[in-house]
Amino acid sequence: MALLELSGVTRTVLLPDDRRLEILRGVDLAVGTGEHVSVVGRSGTGKSTLLNILGLLDAPTAGQYLLEGVPIGQLSSRTRTKRRGRDFGFVFQQFNLLPGRTALENVAAPLLYASGRQFWRRTSLAAAMLDRVGLGDRLETMPEKLSGGEQQRVAIARALVRGPRVILADEPTGALDVETGGAIMDLLDEVAAETGAALVTITHDLSVAARAQRCYRLTDGVLVPIALDAPGRVTEWVGDVPVHVVHGEGPDGTAVAGDPVPGARALDLPPVLGPSVPAATPDERRDREGAR
Amino acid sequence: MSGFVGALVEAWDELRIHRLRVLLALIGVAAAVTAITGVTAAVAMLQQAFDEQADRANGRQVTLNVNAWSATGVPTADQNAALDAAYAEALDRYGLTWSTRDFQTGGSVRFPDGRYEVPLRAVDPAAGILQRISLSEGRWFATADAEAFAPTLVVNRAFLDRLGVGGVETHPTVLLGRDDPVRATVIGVMDEPWENPEPTAMILYDQRARWMGTDGSSAFGGGAPTLAVWVPPELADDLTARLRRDVAAAVPGMQVDIWDNRFTESFDIDGAARWVGIGVGGFALLLGGLGLVNIALVTVRYRIREIGIRRSFGATSGRVFFGVLMESVVATVVAGLVGVVLAVAIIKSIPVDRVFGGQIQEVPPFPVSAALVGMAAATGVGALAGLIPAIVAVRVKVIDAIRY
Repeated sequence: MALLELSGVTRTVLLPDDRRLEILRGVDLAVGTGEHVSVVGRSGTGKSTLLNILGLLDAPTAGQYLLEGVPIGQLSSRTRTKRRGRDFGFVFQQFNLLPGRTALENVAAPLLYASGRQFWRRTSLAAAMLDRVGLGDRLETMPEKLSGGEQQRVAIARALVRGPRVILADEPTGALDVETGGAIMDLLDEVAAETGAALVTITHDLSVAARAQRCYRLTDGVLVPIALDAPGRVTEWVGDVPVHVVHGEGPDGTAVAGDPVPGARALDLPPVLGPSVPAATPDERRDREGAR
Repeated sequence: MSGFVGALVEAWDELRIHRLRVLLALIGVAAAVTAITGVTAAVAMLQQAFDEQADRANGRQVTLNVNAWSATGVPTADQNAALDAAYAEALDRYGLTWSTRDFQTGGSVRFPDGRYEVPLRAVDPAAGILQRISLSEGRWFATADAEAFAPTLVVNRAFLDRLGVGGVETHPTVLLGRDDPVRATVIGVMDEPWENPEPTAMILYDQRARWMGTDGSSAFGGGAPTLAVWVPPELADDLTARLRRDVAAAVPGMQVDIWDNRFTESFDIDGAARWVGIGVGGFALLLGGLGLVNIALVTVRYRIREIGIRRSFGATSGRVFFGVLMESVVATVVAGLVGVVLAVAIIKSIPVDRVFGGQIQEVPPFPVSAALVGMAAATGVGALAGLIPAIVAVRVKVIDAIRY
């Protein structure tokens, strides 16, 4: 039995002009214990909505969400909230650390909503978790005095302090440079593997997405499984047929950014990906620039 | 349990972090609580001043004054002695412990500049308590003074001045009586509410009887000692009838009458003044509360993202509501405490003599009810002020809040 399972999940919102906007359309997704799954997609394609639904912050308009086999519709609002706090840990792109509180207080904050031993020993548990992410010497430091990488470490410690079964990371490296982002992902992978927590990462960074065991691409609310076998090399399944797509390939074989070929179906992987066509030559690029 | 403690911890953290904003909002609340508490306590003190003033003039509530008149004119020494015995027997019979005989006479006193007739009031030691006689120096009569070999006197300042001594620490003495004078020692100086240029003195009733007799010829009024008895209000009517009957039966030939001081009860300021004070304080508290609502609303809007983050930690809407409400309540409770402490400090530092025109013997303790009223008002305002922001906080959509 999957830990989380979405079947035909749709999420629509009512716009101010009374039109309905479909953010997610028939999404199927199953995440098992200890799995690492990533979802890539352009801004506005519904990645965060998917994450919010997974994290019980939002509910599907249609379809079914089973949490350990139990439809979440059967859970009361209070139970959903309690399970959100207990079973899910959130890591946000902008860290979302609580202002005016030290690193230690930030990490201890989720434990204020715990009970028993976790509540009463929240300070020591938070200190231990900060130590685990390498910030044992920055307990009393205010977030604004920490670097971006350190702030994200605090956020990760905060997400993990209650021992969640699922870590939901929304663009965890979005506000970090490549090197720091890599270190943060190493840490996330490591602690997730250590605690046996499932890790669902939403990103538009292919190198981050490639760390996952399974990858999905979200386009216009539709979730499609893809394979990332190397940075920038994307394999999309069209039915059962894997279709290799690149957006550009440098002389050494690594991915480079390119523009979509005119008339080609654009995929929404940023940097912009094209379908299974060869990379544009410099001349072709110049031509396209001229055509614009 | 952990939920409640957690909400309190959370509320306290918020206050700590936003202390400047909160502090500004709470100054009004603290000032209002100080006003309410202080006025309530000051009214209690003023009431005590009035009560004591009334006690000095007419005795404690309820005092029965037993008077006897001789049908043949001035009572003889034997009649007064019989009256004394009748008083003692009646007091003993009914177990009345707080009483004094009061015999207003005159006495010849030899001052350095000559002999003068001085009003001399003979009383029992209990008179000091019954009539709240306060002294500016020295001491009041003790029971043992009645057995002393020489009489003791408590005098007024004019008496001491005429005697030509500065104070009682030198144990000044004075010759009392005309034909067979006795040397009396001045032991205390009365604290008179107004300047009295004429010397007066008080002496223990038994000492006067021993050295000057109980003859009523030199006495003022009917010439017989009065008995003042402090009795419980609920027994006053019954005891009045019984004392009148018993004393009258013991002294044939004398008419016995009893009046009590219930009609002289002090002015009651409990009602009007207190409510005016509480009204003014309440209005100030309302204004303070409005300021708090304003600040709390701004703070909640400022913290929408934080509320969203907390919801992602598993904070239920009830917990968010309670948390925001508690922030306000905890803040006003702290402000209330500060207000009460301020009120106590102000009340305790009031120069009682100057404000109330006389010394209060029994300065009333700071009324607990005043502190409770202040704390209750502060808590109530906190709850009301926290209600609107708490509703706003709960209505925030979690997803929108996180993205805010």
